[in-house]
Amino acid sequence: MASALSSFRRDTDPPVASNRKTLLRFITCGSVDDGKSSLIGRVLFESGSVPEDQLATLEADSKKFGTQGAALDYALLVDGLSAEREQGITIDVAYRYFATPKRSFIVADTPGHEQYTRNMATGASTADLAIILVDARKGILPQTRRHSLIVSMVGVKTVIVAVNKMDLVDYSPFVFHAIERAYHDIAKALNIPHVTVIPVSAVAGDNIAAPSTHTPWYHGPSLIDVLETVEVESVTSNAGFALPVQWVNRPDSSFRGYAGLIASGRIAPGDAITVVPSGRSAVIKRIVTYEGDLDHAEAGQSVTLTLDREIDISRGDVISSSRQPITAAKALSARVLWMSAEPLDAQKSYLAKLATTTVSAFVKAPETLLDIETYQEKHVETVGINSIFTTLVTFDRLIAVSPYGDNRDLGSFILIDRLSNEVVALGLVVTVDELARGLPVEAPPVKRLVFSHDPLRRSLLKTASFAITTLLLAALLFAVGPALLAGSVFALAEIVLFFAHERVWATTRAGLPIEKEFISSGEGI
Amino acid sequence: MSLSHLERLEAESIHILREVLAECDKPVMLYSIGKDSAVMLHLAQKAFFPGKLPFPLLHVDTTWKFREMIAFRDETAKRLGAELLVHTNQDGVAQGITPFGAGSRTYTDIMKTEGLKQALDHYGFDAAFGGARRDEEKSRAKERVFSFRTAEHRWDPKNQRPEPWKLYNTRKKPGESIRVFPLSNWTEMDVWTYIAEQNIPVVPLYFAKPRPVVKRSGAWIMVDDTRLPLEPGEVPQLKTVRFRTLGCYPLTGAVESEADTLDDILSEMRESRSSERQGRLIDHDGAASMEKKKQEGYF
Repeated sequence: MASALSSFRRDTDPPVASNRKTLLRFITCGSVDDGKSSLIGRVLFESGSVPEDQLATLEADSKKFGTQGAALDYALLVDGLSAEREQGITIDVAYRYFATPKRSFIVADTPGHEQYTRNMATGASTADLAIILVDARKGILPQTRRHSLIVSMVGVKTVIVAVNKMDLVDYSPFVFHAIERAYHDIAKALNIPHVTVIPVSAVAGDNIAAPSTHTPWYHGPSLIDVLETVEVESVTSNAGFALPVQWVNRPDSSFRGYAGLIASGRIAPGDAITVVPSGRSAVIKRIVTYEGDLDHAEAGQSVTLTLDREIDISRGDVISSSRQPITAAKALSARVLWMSAEPLDAQKSYLAKLATTTVSAFVKAPETLLDIETYQEKHVETVGINSIFTTLVTFDRLIAVSPYGDNRDLGSFILIDRLSNEVVALGLVVTVDELARGLPVEAPPVKRLVFSHDPLRRSLLKTASFAITTLLLAALLFAVGPALLAGSVFALAEIVLFFAHERVWATTRAGLPIEKEFISSGEGI
Repeated sequence: MSLSHLERLEAESIHILREVLAECDKPVMLYSIGKDSAVMLHLAQKAFFPGKLPFPLLHVDTTWKFREMIAFRDETAKRLGAELLVHTNQDGVAQGITPFGAGSRTYTDIMKTEGLKQALDHYGFDAAFGGARRDEEKSRAKERVFSFRTAEHRWDPKNQRPEPWKLYNTRKKPGESIRVFPLSNWTEMDVWTYIAEQNIPVVPLYFAKPRPVVKRSGAWIMVDDTRLPLEPGEVPQLKTVRFRTLGCYPLTGAVESEADTLDDILSEMRESRSSERQGRLIDHDGAASMEKKKQEGYF
């Protein structure tokens, strides 16, 4: 315990630009039998985040409720609700906070039992990283596969597999490597790009804050090493600018601002924007904040935008870059996690809340459900609690939406029962229905006439072409009979010819400076 | 993505504040005058800038707050041009409820919890912002950002609504209300770092100064006025102390400290090995006491 502590850099060290620390949100998955709460309690303890008076309570509680005999039961630091303490299980997501000089951490400590899958998915939805616990004595269990599926479904790209209770298998490298190999197969099946498998003991403190002498055969990082150094991938880094309007700020007649949290991209005054779904365009005038106007703003910031002209924008609209406008759709294919004990009713109108929009939604009954342990599709009659499936969701009007992989804020939604107000499902947009699209993503450029009068070069072209035509006519008449070349016949023929020649020219744009490109910025929808 | 963790917390809190204003009919901000309230109020100014605060502030006054808190409260409302509502449970006052004698448990129930319910019912607020943080206490750690209350103001910890991503379901039935905690993800350290960074005014009681105190149940209690009954032989002494948390003066313990600037407070916190609520005498009634109080409607 003491050796682990000494090597771990606690937040009590002199701060290094403490206000420029980064934030890492992570989730821990596993059941209480895997020692999940103990692991988190241990991490909190070793980071110096457990105050003395809480340690005193812990000592008293360990004697009363503890499962570790006379030793401190770190799990009691995190199991908060009385029902959980009595039953020794975790029911709800608990959020924990700790910091090291490099980073601040928000931990979503989530329940492991299958009946609480929805709480796990909720915790995972905002996580940058997941710690999945595996009991070294039991190896990969169906629940390991379930947790891995859920975290990969909500887009977590980095997973730490903590093979816990290594002390109970005598720190056997064979046990560890077998689990490591088995997990890499899961990661491959689910496309999880970054996986680190670490042998740990939450109770003994091995490889939590520092390398353990019990595992000389393990050369990888400690758990906290990974947490402190892992690069967090931003899923929306390449997406165009999008701000779902939360609230229209109109303190008086002279100011009209659109407030919201930037979902993706970057914006600056002077940028052209298109409002989705209305398709109206404008230019950003100011980015207003309490500290003064900004010269640019980026994803993750809460700002207020003003525009160069008055257009109709209300809550639920999305202000997006004109170069890369967000699509508007009335239907989409979504991956849904059903969270209600009440089964899905395909005839029922639910409310869908997506970013800042709330609309009526119908959910098509899926033909198959995903088996959350084997990852195979299986046929079923009804959709019940914790079912995962992909299906068609239709709305009563066009809304701005993106696939989840491109834009998390515009690609995730919840479904609400109108009567009970219960959140019955969460959903992730897989594809936006092409047929139901309202706004062309890349509208083809439209060419229009700019000048209608003939410029000199067109007249010269016409003259030259008429001279050639006249010469041809003269040659023709001469061949028929040289006498025809004389007098009124030639003049009359030339007048007819001139008219025909002019009509032929009317069909061509040759010589006209007419071609200028217009982007049909949403007009005509 | 180069936002620091405080910038991310700030953006998240502003998003929560705006979401309530956009979706609820009659919000109010519970203003308890402490550092968390100060930060929450500052974030609200940012969220609705250049407009003024679009909802009133409500202070449930138990009549036992520190005098400096009351002065700071009135000053703040005046400075911001905010509407300030002050409510005191007059039934409790009439019954002669004090933090002494009957025990702190009854006092908190009647003056704070009941007082709060009375005020919310009286004005018909459907959403109330509170400055509580999840790192304060174990049952708070499991509370949602949008926490629902029945028409009887009860909290059901086993039936909380999922809050995936930034999606908050604010729909409620008539009579039901929501307690909203924009600072859910802030820690005590974040709050002080932000106060220093943004220069947010706080009650002077947070800074060390010689103050008249007596020692009770291991805590230094400040003799803020003549209503504090002194035990036989108890003589107030002048000690340089400050408060980490502020509540009713007879129930709030001071800590011995020399920290009289924000920098000193921050470095003292880095050294500190005790939690901020240690000074709160009401929390120690039982291991799950906060959970019980919350189920009954305490903030």
